[in-house]
This record gives sequence, C-alpha cells and structure tokens, in this order.
Amino acid sequence: MAREDYEIVMGLEVHCELSTKTKIFCSCPTQFGGEPNTHCCPICMAMPGTLPVLNEKVVEYAVKAGLATNCQIARNSKNDRKNYFYPDLPKAYQISQFDLPLCYEGYVNIETPEGEKKIRITRIHIEEDAGKLNHDEYGRGSFVDLNRAGVPLIEVVSEPDLRTKEEVEAYLRKLKSIFEYIEVSDCKMQEGSLRADVNVSVRKKGSTEFGTRTEMKNMNSFRSIVRAIEYEANRQIDVIENGGVITQETLRWDDVSGKTFSMRDKEDAQDYRYFPDPDLVAIKLSEEYIENIKKGLPELPESRKKRYLEEMGLTEKAANFVTASKYYSNMFEEATEVCKNAKSVSNWIMSDIARILNEREEEPEELKFSGKELGELVALIDKGTISSAIAKKVLEEMFENPEMPSKIIESKGWVQISDEGAIKEVVAKVLEANPQSIADYKAGKDKALGFLVGQAMKETKGKANPQMLNKLFLEELNK
Amino acid sequence: MMELYELTAHELMDKLASGEITSEEVTKSYFNRIKEKDGVVKAYVSTLEESALEKARKVDADRKAGKPVSKYAGIPIGIKDNMCITGTRTTCSSKMLENFVAPYDATVIENLNKEELVYLGKLNMDEFAMGSSTENSAFFTTKNPWDLERVPGGSSGGSAAAVAADMAPWALGSDTGGSIRQPASLCGVVGLKPTYGLVSRYGLVAFASSLDQIGPITKDVTDSALLLNLIAGHDEKDSTSMEIEKKDYTKALVNDVKGMKIGLPKEYIGEGVNEEVKASVLAAAKKFEELGATVEECSFDVGKYATSVYYVIADAEASSNLGRFDGIRYGYRSEKFENLKDIYRNSRSEGFGPEVKRRIMVGTYVLSSGYYDAYYKKAQKVRTVINNAYNELFKKYDILLTPVSPTTAFKFGEKSDNPIEMYMADICTVPVNIGGVPGISVPSGLDSKGLPISIQLIGKAFDEETILRAAYTYEQNTNFRENRPTFKEGGNN
Repeated sequence: MAREDYEIVMGLEVHCELSTKTKIFCSCPTQFGGEPNTHCCPICMAMPGTLPVLNEKVVEYAVKAGLATNCQIARNSKNDRKNYFYPDLPKAYQISQFDLPLCYEGYVNIETPEGEKKIRITRIHIEEDAGKLNHDEYGRGSFVDLNRAGVPLIEVVSEPDLRTKEEVEAYLRKLKSIFEYIEVSDCKMQEGSLRADVNVSVRKKGSTEFGTRTEMKNMNSFRSIVRAIEYEANRQIDVIENGGVITQETLRWDDVSGKTFSMRDKEDAQDYRYFPDPDLVAIKLSEEYIENIKKGLPELPESRKKRYLEEMGLTEKAANFVTASKYYSNMFEEATEVCKNAKSVSNWIMSDIARILNEREEEPEELKFSGKELGELVALIDKGTISSAIAKKVLEEMFENPEMPSKIIESKGWVQISDEGAIKEVVAKVLEANPQSIADYKAGKDKALGFLVGQAMKETKGKANPQMLNKLFLEELNK
Repeated sequence: MMELYELTAHELMDKLASGEITSEEVTKSYFNRIKEKDGVVKAYVSTLEESALEKARKVDADRKAGKPVSKYAGIPIGIKDNMCITGTRTTCSSKMLENFVAPYDATVIENLNKEELVYLGKLNMDEFAMGSSTENSAFFTTKNPWDLERVPGGSSGGSAAAVAADMAPWALGSDTGGSIRQPASLCGVVGLKPTYGLVSRYGLVAFASSLDQIGPITKDVTDSALLLNLIAGHDEKDSTSMEIEKKDYTKALVNDVKGMKIGLPKEYIGEGVNEEVKASVLAAAKKFEELGATVEECSFDVGKYATSVYYVIADAEASSNLGRFDGIRYGYRSEKFENLKDIYRNSRSEGFGPEVKRRIMVGTYVLSSGYYDAYYKKAQKVRTVINNAYNELFKKYDILLTPVSPTTAFKFGEKSDNPIEMYMADICTVPVNIGGVPGISVPSGLDSKGLPISIQLIGKAFDEETILRAAYTYEQNTNFRENRPTFKEGGNN
C-alpha cells in the first residue's frame, strides 16, 4: 500500500506558560532568563519544610483560557502530586491536576481546505514548570537552574481529532492566537513558553480503530513540529508496510538530524503515583467568579473577524489572515485608525509584512514597528507622497529601524516626484532616447508604454509619481 | 532553695518581669543543667549556647533600659530538630540532613522571635518523626529521665525528656500520630497536639502533611496555654492553616469543670491497655465526677481502624514528602555513583534509616497504580467515617477521656525489632490525628515501677479551650505535677 492509503491521527498536549507576574506557589518572578538560580526562594527550591500556596491569578488565567476555548469550568477542582525523580524537579513531585482539571470539554475551530473544522479539547489543567539542566560542554557535569521551577503552566489536551500536519499547525496557531488575545501567555515558542507534545498514530483510510500511538517531545518551533510529524508518520507507515508493529513509546525529536529517538517505552513507563496534594486546599469556584471572568474577557478573534467583514469591508481571506494573530489584528486596527484604508492595510499585512517575517523566520509578535507606522506608510501612498515601490523599500527599512516612514523617506531622500514640470522633463528625455518604442506604440503595441514608464522610473530611481508618468506619456504619445 | 531550671516558664516570666532574675541567669542555669544531665539523657542534637546568651543579654539590657519587651522575652525554649531556624542545623535526626543548615525560619520560629524567646538548642527525635521511642534517631537514643534504661517515647522524645529533666522550661514538639502526647506521657510532662490547621506547618520538615501539627511540651497546663498563644494563628504561607480569630488560651485556665460532659470510650480501657494505665484513667474519670463533671462510657468503635488508616495515609504522604532528599541540592550525597540513578539510589539507601525506608516503601506501594483504590482511597474513606464518629460523639460530649499510651515507658530494644508492636504504642493517640481534633496529655500518676502515666483529653476541632480547662482543673486538684524524675539506672525490672 502507498502512503496515500494511510491516515494520520494526532492529538496534542500543549504546554503554555502563563504570564502571571509571580510563580504558581511562591512570590518569585516568572521572568524568562536571568542568572541561574536568581529567581528562586526556599519554596521553589523545595527546601525542607516549605509549603506551596496557590497563586490565585493562575486559576483566573486558566479559567480565562478555558472560557476562550469553549470549555466547561469545574466548580470543584484540586491539585495533585505527580511523583518522579529528576534533577530539574526539586520536590521530586510536580504539583499538577489529575482527575479534576480546572477546564474540560472545550473546542476550537480551525480553517482547513475543506472548510471550518472543530478540534475538541479534552481538558485544560494547571501545573508548575520544572527547572532546567545545563549540561557542561566540557563534561564536568550538569548544573541545575531553578529559575523556571514553579512558573505556572496550563496543559491543553486535545482529542485525537487532527489528521494532517497542516491541521496541527492551524490548531496550534489558533491556540496561540487565542491565548495572546486574552493575554494569559506570551506564547513564545523560542523561549519555550509554548510547547507541544504530539501523539501520532497511523491507520488505513476508512478504518475506525486507532493505531498504536507514539508521543513526540522536544519540538520548539512550528517548523520542527511539522517536520517531526512528517518523519514520524512516514516511519510508522514504513514499519507497518514492512510487516512490523508500532510500539507505544515516548520519542524525542532531534531537530539537527531530523529524526525521532526513543526516550522510553511502555515497559519502563513511570508510575507517577498521583494523589491529592495535602498541602493545598480544594479549588472551589463560584458562579459569580466565573461570570466575572467571562465578562472581563477581551474581544476574541471570531468576533473581530465578524466586525472586519461587516464593518470594515475586508474579504473572508483577509479577515481570517489578520485575525489569526493578535499582533496583526491590533496592528491592523491601529493602522486603519491612522489612514482610514482598511483594505490597503490588510493587503500590506498579508503580503509584504508576512513575507518579510517569513524570510526572517520571525513571528508577528517580534515586529518592531506598530500600526502607527504602518498607518502612516499607507497614508503616504494614498496622498501620493511615495509610490508603492518606494513604500516597499520603506517597509524593509522599518524592519531594521522602526522609525516613522516619513522620517525614513526624508533621511533617505525617497520623496516621490509629483512636480509636473520635473516629470515632463523626464518624459521628454525618455521619449527622445527611445524612438522605436514610440513607433511600436503607434503601431498598436500597448506594451511599449509600460517599457517607457519603466525607463522613466529607472531614470528617477523609482521616485516619479507613476500615475503622472502614465498620464504625461499618454499625452505625448497621443499628440 | 529551688534552682531556676526547676521553675515553669510562667514562674520564670513573673520573676523576669519583677526584675528578681535576669534572662542571662536563667539561660546559664539551663546550660549548666544541660552540661550536668545531657551527657546521660542525650536530649539535645545541638545546643546554641552562644546565640542564646547573646539574646538573653540583649533582652536583659532592653528590660533594664525600660524598653517595652514582651513578657515572654528572655525565656529559654528547646526546639524539636525538625523545625527550621535560620543559620542553624535542622537534622530531623537523620544522616540525610546531618549537615543541613536552614536558610529560613519556620513560622512558629518567626512567632517566637517576635517575642524574643531564647533558643537553647535542637532536640533529638525519631528520624523524620517516624517512631515512638526516639530509638530511630540516626545519632543516638535519648534516655527517659525517670529510668535511664527506658525510652522517652517518640518521636518528640528529646523535647519531652529535656522538659522532664529540667534541661528546658518548655519545648516545641510535633505530632503526626502521637509524637507530642506519647513522649510527654512517658516522661511525665504536659503535651498538647492542637487541632490540625491551628498552628502553621511552614518550616516544619514534613512527615505526613495532612496529619502533622506543632505543639507545646510543658511542665504544666498553664505553660501549655501560654506557649499555644504564641504559635497558634493563621499563616498565609500555609494553605491548610485556618483563618480563625486569635484567642487568648490562658482565659481557659479556669479551675472548674462543673457540668462538663465527658465521654469515656470503652474501647480504650479494654484489651490491649495495661491495667495500671487503665486504673489511672478510671481514677481520673472519678476525679472529674467529684469535681462536678458527668462522665459516661461511650463507644468509639471505628477507632480500631485508625491505626491502619494512619499507616496508609501517613506513609503515602511521607513517600512523596521525602522524595526531595535525593542528594542533588542539599543533604547527604553518596560518594559512590557512576550515573544519576546511582546518586538517587545510593544517597537514599545510605542516608535514610530502616524505619524511614520501610515507610517510604509502604507509602510508595499504597499509591501505586492498581493498589491506590484498595489502600489510599479506601483509607481516605475510612478517615471520613472516623471524622463522622468524632462529630457524633462531640454532639453528646464536650471532651473525651482516654489513655495516652497503652503502657508506660518501655525498655530500649523491647519493641524496636517489631514494627507492628511499636505501631501499637500509638493506638490511643493516632485517631486524634486522623480526626484532626486537639488532644492533650496530662500526668495522672506513677505506675508500680515509678514510671509516669498520663491521661488524654480530646476535644472538638478548634476548641482547645475546653480540654485546657479540663486539664487545668485536673492538674489543680491532683498533685501528680509534684512527681520528679529520678534519673535512676535500671529500675525494678
């Protein structure tokens, strides 16, 4: 059988660091980075005798995340201990949630080529992050950094509803976008504040039974997730095609070699001995509490999309694109406020800004300029101060040097020539140098006009107003 | 003339307040007594003479200068070695923490610091508070001051022995299944286990989180109330500490039990309890009746399950709580290792004693997948049944009267080879922890060997006042307080 005859079945466990100011069980800062072991205290270092106290903000943020992903919110919930030994886990247990997660039975919709698809969310629970091990490159040992220990996380577990790597990426981007909108996480994959474990199995198309799954860890970019899925699905298909069986195991993705490696199989699966943490009290949420959080939720992407379609005249495609990221959406609104040209702003975001980000392998949150700058750029084009061609150059410059476009234009001397006298001179000069084109035009070859305009642009280093050039060439040629 | 070290803390407070004595004199008196007696009794794991005298002199200077000082200021105290004091060793009498210096203060210590108490030292205990005889200390055994061939009880054996031997006016202990009350009983002093949630556990090295409570070990009931005043109260660092109003427990020190309804659970004056202990409890019941209380026999049938429930829940929690002693960040690390697994395995194998290992293994087992429902979950259900039984009894009675320990102090080695027999030493005290209610151990006489016996008074949750009142009345109307330990070597059999 061929690969096309197989279907890939995937479910995701997404870990997302919450952007509360302090850790989940103590008052240490959650800030990324810092000298090793400077963002910790006796509590998050698990000194004997210390006790955790649950940060209420963590519950609030997790409930927000649950409500924004259409989850049910548990009125009665609790913290459980997950026991295992590892040097980055100072208590030798992680405080997590086992059988009573804070949020359950939710979903998000993603866009697929076949239309909108619902991806079900099994549960969202709160837990603490572990520290980090720094392995000495000279082999002198490993060093424990507990700055990250106790940073709050939510774990979002999906049902096995995902079928393609594109769906996985769309689902992840959707979660990232929602969490950014409701400001519960900065979702920076490069800093590890958004991490995904992917459960992958394959089965013959048409089959309703699930195949044996493997769990992949250690992917830290959308790109590596997509690559890992592709690799792992193909590996599983090859095993089956060659008469083998898939073993249930946990795999580590290695981005350098582009392969997965076994971390542990089912045989040495750990028994985490979950039990309710006796140091913490039950989490009880009132209707009023949940209602207040619901009321305080900011406008979500679906609602923004509706507004963009109905009130701002964007196309479906543009509205989807712009609302996919809070950063795009905020930039869009801010820029439109300045230039009153929603369509043009959305085009700039969809085409040039997205393209340049892609080239730079950056995410929208890394944009150095804001909607104010983009709005001015569009306004300058609309006013005829610069051409679109110049505008593209200005935009490139804004990625390096986030200044107001008017300032960039001025310092680079890129102001459009709209002076009729000056343009007339250029037109005359170009016509004189290209008698053949004049003849071609008169013989009915319209293309010749384009050539002449191009020459004039070259002459003015792209600064001539293109509409005026067109008009003046036509006047001369039709004389 | 009486030596200063023979006085109770409240007597010392009066003399300090009147200027009759100084804290330095008191503190020195205790260190002299420690030098005289602790070579034999061995209650202290470490003494803090230098810092104690420094603090005492500071308090004396403040008092002399007329600065406002707490009435507790300058009173010495001994601390069980499982509570953290910044900059001092907190060993839990374990090789694992032999050199562990606490980087922070327990909340109870912060409270004592505010009142400027003087720390004499850290007191010996069963390793990680697991045991009933202090024989499980990794360092040495503590002797019972009444008979040096006998155990002081445990796990707060060092605290009880120090107070009984006048090597501290009072001490803090911790009680998970009887660890304050049982050694207090075996050493003839007063021990109070407060309601779970009354005293912050922050800074108490955890054994079983849902059962552990810190409490006072004192020479009399008055001191018990005074020390409870200092340590009780809500702490935002401990989520399980209750938000209740601060009380003055000395107000409960009223010599009157008229009309008090006392239940006498028949299960604790039956089989398995030594005849002399039983007689002492019945005599106390009679005394309470004479003093105007009503005493009625009642049944606490489900109490017989408490020990089983206890060893499931306590060990389960301990197996998790003691995971952090892994040789990575602090504590003992084996020198024999090739890889990470070795560090864990060898450090824990070499750093923990046999009883601690036994409990970690039992606790790990009862939480394992496939066994969780049959043990841990079942135990939690039975715990609810026990709690309900207490609630029912306390609808009828103000307090319950039982023995503390089924026997008086036993000899070294007598039970240490048989864990089950050792566990039975706690049958009267364990249900109180399971129920989370308060219990106090008060001396009620001596047995024929001259060893102390105590009664236990159990109250409703957060109603320490009633047991303190009953204990105070009992103490005021008996003279058992006057019995003094003899430091005899090798008593009659």
